[in-house]
Amino acid sequence: MIARSSFIQRYFQSRTGVIGLIILTLIIVMAIFGPTLYPVDPWDMVSRPLQWPSFGAEAPLGSDVLGRDVLSGLINGARVSLIIGISATAAAVAIGVTVGAVAGYFRGLTDDALMRITEVFQTIPNFLFVIVLVAVFRPSVFTISAAIAVVSWPAVARLVRGEFLSLRQRAFVESCVTIGMSTPRIIFTQILPNCIAPVIVTSSIMIATAILVEAGLSFLGLGDPNVMSWGAMIGFGRQSLRTSWYLTLIPGVAIQLTVLSISFVGEALNDSLNPRL
Amino acid sequence: MMKRYLVRRAGQAVVVLILIACVNFLILKLAPGDLVDVLAGESGGSDPHYLHLLREQYGLDRPLYVQLFQYLSNLVQLDLGYSFRFNMPVRDLILMRLPATLLLMFSSLAIALLGGITFGVAAARAPRSLRDSLISTTALLAYSTPLFWAGLMLIILFSVKFGVLPSGGMATVDGPKDIVSIIVDVSRHLVLPSITLALFYMATYTRLMRASMLDIYNMDFVRTAKAKGLTPHQVAYRHVVPNSILPLISLFGVQLGSVLGGSVVVEVVFGWPGLGSLAFDALFQRDVNLLMGILFLSSVMVILVNLAIDLLYSWLDPRIEVGA
Repeated sequence: MIARSSFIQRYFQSRTGVIGLIILTLIIVMAIFGPTLYPVDPWDMVSRPLQWPSFGAEAPLGSDVLGRDVLSGLINGARVSLIIGISATAAAVAIGVTVGAVAGYFRGLTDDALMRITEVFQTIPNFLFVIVLVAVFRPSVFTISAAIAVVSWPAVARLVRGEFLSLRQRAFVESCVTIGMSTPRIIFTQILPNCIAPVIVTSSIMIATAILVEAGLSFLGLGDPNVMSWGAMIGFGRQSLRTSWYLTLIPGVAIQLTVLSISFVGEALNDSLNPRL
Repeated sequence: MMKRYLVRRAGQAVVVLILIACVNFLILKLAPGDLVDVLAGESGGSDPHYLHLLREQYGLDRPLYVQLFQYLSNLVQLDLGYSFRFNMPVRDLILMRLPATLLLMFSSLAIALLGGITFGVAAARAPRSLRDSLISTTALLAYSTPLFWAGLMLIILFSVKFGVLPSGGMATVDGPKDIVSIIVDVSRHLVLPSITLALFYMATYTRLMRASMLDIYNMDFVRTAKAKGLTPHQVAYRHVVPNSILPLISLFGVQLGSVLGGSVVVEVVFGWPGLGSLAFDALFQRDVNLLMGILFLSSVMVILVNLAIDLLYSWLDPRIEVGA
């Protein structure tokens, strides 16, 4: 059992972990409070088109082909990216943990069947699969999150199954079976808490990947048409790439910074949750 | 032993393939509106009787399991349906576009492997040095970069600012016709897209190679090699590197599907005439048949390559028990 204080201490020993956490916190704060503090509609024409970043009062980060404010798009895009990243990951973890736990606990035929299904979802090229799902079921924040969840749960399922296969045979689980504890109770209260650490680390990577996938989708024009997202901004800006490349650069850096900070946090979590060195 | 393993793996692959086909069928059926609705929408609505006739003609009025069986038996004959937008069988369309995608994929995977091994070795030979942290941080940065954005940035740099490389397409229109200049021309067009697609995978290979080498450095046979007086250079290149490359090969198989997905955005950015841009066209012309065909054939490719890698793996490292 890891003492909580020592875990936090270990986390803060990682310099990149701290940097990542600070950047990520700033982005989250921007996503939550930004639209209230900077109430400019990202779809409104607020200045003349293609105005370069001036850092002045009007369109501080410039405006796009239709005179829309880049800063406002950036703030609202943060919201979309985080919402999709987190909800897709939450759904994927829920499916993956369930499938992995059942397969690893019951073994035999159940395991075989569930693993074949997992393999199916792992084999179909992920991004293509997401594109097809979103295109067929019409793009919205919900369908995008659901589609990303559909392709990303197998990683969690395999991880949890592996942990369950080894934990299942430990003495403490055998003794729970002997005293007649019910199967769901053993799964949820005895085995699952012991494999939370790797699941947390994997989920942080999955949030980062989900944000990248959403950016790719909305760049291709498959984003939710009702919300402004970073990928869509890059897609709009692409038409004037040669003259106004800031339209492509700014949202791209936002994506990169967000994903990088999440990766930093994920790495620091990994090092502090499973100390091996 | 080997033969039995092969049969078992092939059997599993067939089961997965059938299941993938069923998933495809399910998506087609769940999609709002069927083929006839699409055709009717195209011609601006038709009378219900005609629509009914059309449904009968395409077998859309038969029970689901009959339709599924029909779908599967079509797939077995490699009949992926007809693309009404391109007026061509889906299979022919895909085969036409496949070579361009394969060229792009394999050149970027080659770049990624070579680069990944080089940087991974450089980082692992001096762990925790300035060089190591520089390489590791750059790898993490490349890992966090959306592919399409990296491509656009490379276009700004090399096509717009320096003007040294073409920004799109696969060949110059009305370019020279002799074979040598065609090869030179296509390679010039290939540089930016393949580097773009390679970036992300180079980052993963670098990280894996570094980790794998650090593991191998702790092994007894490396200590023996050092003890018998080999130089650090000899130890690294004769003993550590060859043993560290193995995990990269299996990652290659796992990543193939993701490279195929990544090639969609890269092909769209660079106007590369491969499967990815075909998928993009299918998407916006609502050509579901074509889209599903691409999805299915890509899955088949992933399965075949992974089977081949399994075999290669057991041949490269006989210690690995194929039965496990």
